[in-house]
Amino acid sequence: MEIVVLLKQVPATESYIGIADDGVSIKTDDIKWVINPYDEYAVEEALRIKEAHGGTVTILSVGPQKATETIRTALAMGADQGILVNDPTIATRDGLSIARILAAVLKSIPFDLIIAGQRAIDDDNFLVGTAVAELLGIPNISLIIKEDIADGKIKCHRTIEGGTVVIESPLPALITTQRGLNEPRYASLPGIMKAKKKPLDVKTIMDIELDRAQETASVTRIVALKLPSERKGGRIIQGDSARAKAAELVRLLREEAKVL
Amino acid sequence: MSQGVLVISELSDRVFRKVTFEAMSEGRRIADHMKGNLATVVIGSGIETVANELKKYGADKIILVDDPTLSEYMTDSYTNVLADIITKEKPDVLILGASAQGKDLSARLSARLNAPLAMDGVAIRVDNESLIVTRPLYGGKILADVRLEGKPQIIAIRPNSMSITECENAGLMKSWDPVVGKTDLRFIEKQVETGKVELTEADVVVSGGRGMGSNNFSILEELAGLLKGAVGASRSAVDEGWRPHSDQVGQTGKVVSPGLYFACGISGAIQHLAGMSTSKIIVAINKDPDAPIFSKADYGIVGDLFELVPLISEEIRKIKQ
Ligand SMILES: Cc1cc2nc3c(=O)[nH]c(=O)nc-3n(C[C@H](O)[C@H](O)[C@H](O)COP(=O)(O)OP(=O)(O)OC[C@H]3O[C@@H](n4cnc5c(N)ncnc54)[C@H](O)[C@@H]3O)c2cc1C
Ligand SMILES: Nc1ncnc2c1ncn2[C@@H]1O[C@H](COP(=O)(O)O)[C@@H](O)[C@H]1O
Repeated sequence: MEIVVLLKQVPATESYIGIADDGVSIKTDDIKWVINPYDEYAVEEALRIKEAHGGTVTILSVGPQKATETIRTALAMGADQGILVNDPTIATRDGLSIARILAAVLKSIPFDLIIAGQRAIDDDNFLVGTAVAELLGIPNISLIIKEDIADGKIKCHRTIEGGTVVIESPLPALITTQRGLNEPRYASLPGIMKAKKKPLDVKTIMDIELDRAQETASVTRIVALKLPSERKGGRIIQGDSARAKAAELVRLLREEAKVL
Repeated sequence: MSQGVLVISELSDRVFRKVTFEAMSEGRRIADHMKGNLATVVIGSGIETVANELKKYGADKIILVDDPTLSEYMTDSYTNVLADIITKEKPDVLILGASAQGKDLSARLSARLNAPLAMDGVAIRVDNESLIVTRPLYGGKILADVRLEGKPQIIAIRPNSMSITECENAGLMKSWDPVVGKTDLRFIEKQVETGKVELTEADVVVSGGRGMGSNNFSILEELAGLLKGAVGASRSAVDEGWRPHSDQVGQTGKVVSPGLYFACGISGAIQHLAGMSTSKIIVAINKDPDAPIFSKADYGIVGDLFELVPLISEEIRKIKQ
């Protein structure tokens, strides 16, 4: 089983995000970079499938040179090899453009299963995995919490509003992860040592053949970034007793906030 | 004249999702701005009667795709059918709800049609021929205005973030022969909890955190029930195994924008705020006066949630009588 995990390096969830002077990108000086949490589930699931069915796990990422650090982390978890498409301009690309690069690389390597995160927690796009599947002409099942592979098919539990759907797809296919799928392992010390020697192929964006006409025909362009209006800490409700506080809250919700 | 706006409606058990009405209302507004039509596609099986409902939201035309093979949403069949409709109808703008289905479908259509997509839009404004969509990034720490260059401009709107406006219109029904094409996916089964209010669409969300201390969430369920709301949870409560993953609110869970959000026994970590800070009114109940959640809440009560929540339910019951 040849498994490819699409992995993006993103700012850690606790990072402060500030707007850069150009007004359309973020300040990157003080950011701690990590594997996108949903891609961690993807790496873990790939390793479990490999453990059960054999095969290799390849990590594929588009990003700046420092994204090799997160690829190494995935290799330390147990993945076999990595590919980085080094693109210093990644921050200016929209999801579809990233998907085109990933699909172009995937066309040149073998795969039976591709696993992506449901979304990257930086652009929150929910797009790249599904778009890659479309560009490769393979089926996708998104937001999965369980999968079983047998006889060249994958059966997945996909989460939907208020429940789950069970869907089966022939391989090759692409799936995207949902929290609940697994608990990602930590990289062990021996794992970290071994990862240093695992193959990590760094390509440049020049190595990728992209269709210029397609690239310019569809662009989702950031024209301005702004900070959401700061929520003002509100009122702490006072009262002589818990009952008095509860009554005052309900009165305020009804008369002032008008939400009851 | 502009080809106008096409809304892809969404049914769950032959009932429209609320976000469909939000998409229709927004679609009508944009179509008027662009002096174009508002059409909508209703897709499923045995849905002709329910489709009529969309006249109320200003549809000029309702494209009815009623076929037994389309009774369940499957990425491939729905993408094939819709791509065919879009290629023939040539809308300038395509709007759908950013539900589990809408996210999957819009991403697939964007790649198939090589069309720009704004996912999880919370506001849309018309700027000459193109649209500027506001969408949250970095778990809502930043808002981006994005311009969609190309056609059709696809916008998947975040549930509960745009208002619903009724406006009766012709709603000419047109049956469409679906081009289902090649499909690989096979539907096996579906389990949905009926009667449960969906977290992302609820007007009221009552969430509990580690302060709940156990899997007994009955006082929150009671309060949510009174307000026809849904129960949510912090990641800690989910990690403890007290609530299912599907209840988790936050950066690695669901993003909710209800009119009223109760955070009970939740400290207010940044990852939790990422999932609920766009709620209109936030109420925090926490026994620690220094809990960070109080700095984001419109109303806070310092105290024991086990004492306070039942009293709040009691007071609400009084005014509902
Ligand atoms: C990558 C990553 C992703 C994450 N994603 C999410 C996410 O999606 N959603 C999320 O919620 N978290 C997420 N977290 C976790 C987050 O950082 C916090 O750990 C978590 O939100 C804390 O949950 P809590 O507020 O329930 O628990 P705590 O922080 O332990 O707070 C419990 C609160 O309950 C109060 N309390 C206790 N007893 C009572 C009582 N009887 N009455 C009233 N108050 C009481 C306490 O004073 C305290 O403030 C994520 C973390 C990481 C690193
Ligand atoms: N630059 C990238 N390199 C590799 N994979 C990516 C990249 N961007 C997105 N992905 C994959 O696509 C998923 C969804 O990302 P997004 O559509 O940006 O929210 C992520 O969880 C990754 O699996």
